[in-house]
Amino acid sequence: MSESSASATRITPGNALRPEDIAASEATPTPDVAEYALWLGDDSLILAQRLGWWISRAPELEEDVALANIGLDLIGHARSFLTYAGHASGRTEDDLAYFRREPEFRSAHLFEQPNGDFARTIARQFVVSHYQWELYSRLMHSSDATLAGIAAKAVKEVDYHRDHGAQWILRLALGTDESRRRMEAGLKLTWPYVGELFTDSAPIDAAGDAAVRPSALRTPFDEAIGAVLAEAGLEVPQVPQAVGGGRAGRHSEHLGYLLAEMQVLAREHPGASW
Amino acid sequence: MSEKRQGWPLWEVFVRSSRGLSHVHAGSLHAPDADMAVRNARDLYTRRNEGVSLWVVPSSSIITSDPDAKGQFFESPQGKDYRHATYYTKSEGVKHL
Repeated sequence: MSESSASATRITPGNALRPEDIAASEATPTPDVAEYALWLGDDSLILAQRLGWWISRAPELEEDVALANIGLDLIGHARSFLTYAGHASGRTEDDLAYFRREPEFRSAHLFEQPNGDFARTIARQFVVSHYQWELYSRLMHSSDATLAGIAAKAVKEVDYHRDHGAQWILRLALGTDESRRRMEAGLKLTWPYVGELFTDSAPIDAAGDAAVRPSALRTPFDEAIGAVLAEAGLEVPQVPQAVGGGRAGRHSEHLGYLLAEMQVLAREHPGASW
Repeated sequence: MSEKRQGWPLWEVFVRSSRGLSHVHAGSLHAPDADMAVRNARDLYTRRNEGVSLWVVPSSSIITSDPDAKGQFFESPQGKDYRHATYYTKSEGVKHL
């Protein structure tokens, strides 16, 4: 091992950075960067748990595999962010995923929304993947080398998620009358939770150049999704925004049930491995 | 909604691996159209083998030989040596063949 191998400078946007690499590295985030990493990790973790529900339930076998692939990509991102965030407090990714209570989760409300039907899941995925692509394509230039490395790996996967979401928006919107009705309904149910993704708050200011300002992503996000929705002949839903509060640990009624299911095994058998 | 549910059409997938010389039939899948067929093929057949080329073809576009006609259709050229150049002896007058 060279002397630089333990340093975060080894992690460059070109490398495929694995959670194991982060766990082995000495790189420790500042408290504000750790909080920011928790936001991003929790977003991906909660959505991956939602997508896992679809396994064996998707409309077609091929789509079952596609949703599972996306879920596993998101688990990978969550593991990296949570492992890094945990370095600030001496906790592992498993500590953070399975042994935190609901108010300690920092995910935005959109990620914990119910799957609903396939169209509602697609609407949520379409929004998330476009938001994450705008985020990660900037975060890969973060002043924090570990965040930059995680984003550089994630952005390629999220680019594929973006394509998957857009393709399905088009097919459902331009499909049958019923599929179009469901696509419109799915977007309408999703939209109240979009605003929270682009809200700045104190940890972002404190993290400085390590973080990407959420508010800076709004215009490119609107342009990108606007192009797809226009092609599909769909309108951006005009609905009031929900209150939000996920970044401060205030969640909707859905997260508690999700966590109970996700955490029950680890809490029942702490430290078990198989 | 009473009519019988119609499934997606079947597609055949051909994959050329990153160091492969030719596309090889990898399997089949269902997809609503060609664009989705390529994407589904990527998910189903290339996830662990980057740098590949994919072809998808609607199964209905493939014409196969008749399995019942195997005897005549694929009869070996054995016993037909006159079909091969080596069957013939070289003429004295041709020096550089």
